[in-house]
Amino acid sequence: MEAGTSTKGTAASMSVMKRVTLIFRSKANKALDRMEDPRETLDYSYQRQLEMLQKVRRGVADVATSRKRVELQMNQIQQQSNKLEKQARDALGAGREDLAREALTRRSSAQSQLSDLQAQYASLQAEEEKLTVASQRLQSKVDAFRTRKETIKATYTAAEAQTRINEAFSGISEEMGDVGMAIQRAEDKTAQMQARAGAIDELLASGALEDVSGTPRDDIQAELDRMGAGNDVELELQKLRGELGSGSTPELEAGSADGSAASTPHNNAQAPRPASPPPNGAQPTIPASDIPASDVGQSAIPASEPPRTGDGT
Amino acid sequence: MIVRILGEGQLSVDDAAAAGLNELDTKLADAIERGDEAEFRRALKALAAGVRAAGTPVPPDSLQPSELILPYEDADLAEVRKMMTDEGLIHG
Repeated sequence: MEAGTSTKGTAASMSVMKRVTLIFRSKANKALDRMEDPRETLDYSYQRQLEMLQKVRRGVADVATSRKRVELQMNQIQQQSNKLEKQARDALGAGREDLAREALTRRSSAQSQLSDLQAQYASLQAEEEKLTVASQRLQSKVDAFRTRKETIKATYTAAEAQTRINEAFSGISEEMGDVGMAIQRAEDKTAQMQARAGAIDELLASGALEDVSGTPRDDIQAELDRMGAGNDVELELQKLRGELGSGSTPELEAGSADGSAASTPHNNAQAPRPASPPPNGAQPTIPASDIPASDVGQSAIPASEPPRTGDGT
Repeated sequence: MIVRILGEGQLSVDDAAAAGLNELDTKLADAIERGDEAEFRRALKALAAGVRAAGTPVPPDSLQPSELILPYEDADLAEVRKMMTDEGLIHG
């Protein structure tokens, strides 16, 4: 007892694998309903195996559904993130640093949701693959069991039947236990993610990441529109939009911005050509980071902005 | 000797490799006893890797039971503790 080798923890000091095996086996045995006639037990067990196969296939389908839902949310959030970015540029172009800041703040929140969803997506995908493989494995074993079962029944002699039946059972019931737990785990994970997915749906509905034009909740766009409705600001804004190439490209590209875009609005403020491309036509989308430099100053761009140019490619 | 890694399947492991695996198993047991989650993670991964390295996959249509069963590689400490007591296993 005081010997160097530990004897205190009854469960843990024993081999983990042996302990798990022991528990696993006793559970599997309990799960097996034995009939009076071993042949009936074989048939009954086979039915349960088929049920388990159904269950694991449903499990695969459920996980796939969750995965698709997450994928859908990812797309939605990505779109909103893109729009917010565009709005930030528009706002900044119109000299509204406050609006731009708000848009970028929401965009950063959208981005963090997105990375959370990406992790969920990967996890669900892994789970789906695992369950698919488990289902194939169980299918193989169930097929083997059916063959064995028929052989045993055909050549049945009570004396040898029990041993052979036991052999067949122990292998299949272990697999059933494994698959059963795998399904349970997958269900638990899916349930957790569904709860989170529900939360994200609510978030999307609440407008916290919202900016879709036309929705009453889109205060940034509303503000931009209100300003636009102003007067000469409208002209200026429209022209800026045109020169920034907004509306044509949702994505911000590390294009060749030569700074002339930021200054041009002052020169031809008289030309009300909404959304028409700049005369030279070749002007690509201007990165947001280039716009404020002359108009509003560096402070307009939150720290989250610089790395952006890189991750779009 | 046939070893099952839960969620992964069965492997046939050479008896000669058993000693090394036992050592890893003891480390795992110690980590569980001490409640050391980080060490537990490492030990469980090492054990699973050891089984995989020493074993060859058993054909899927085999109906042989396993001699030893290893928890899911990504199981957490609480989950494995449950598997070592009666409440842990769910059978559908």
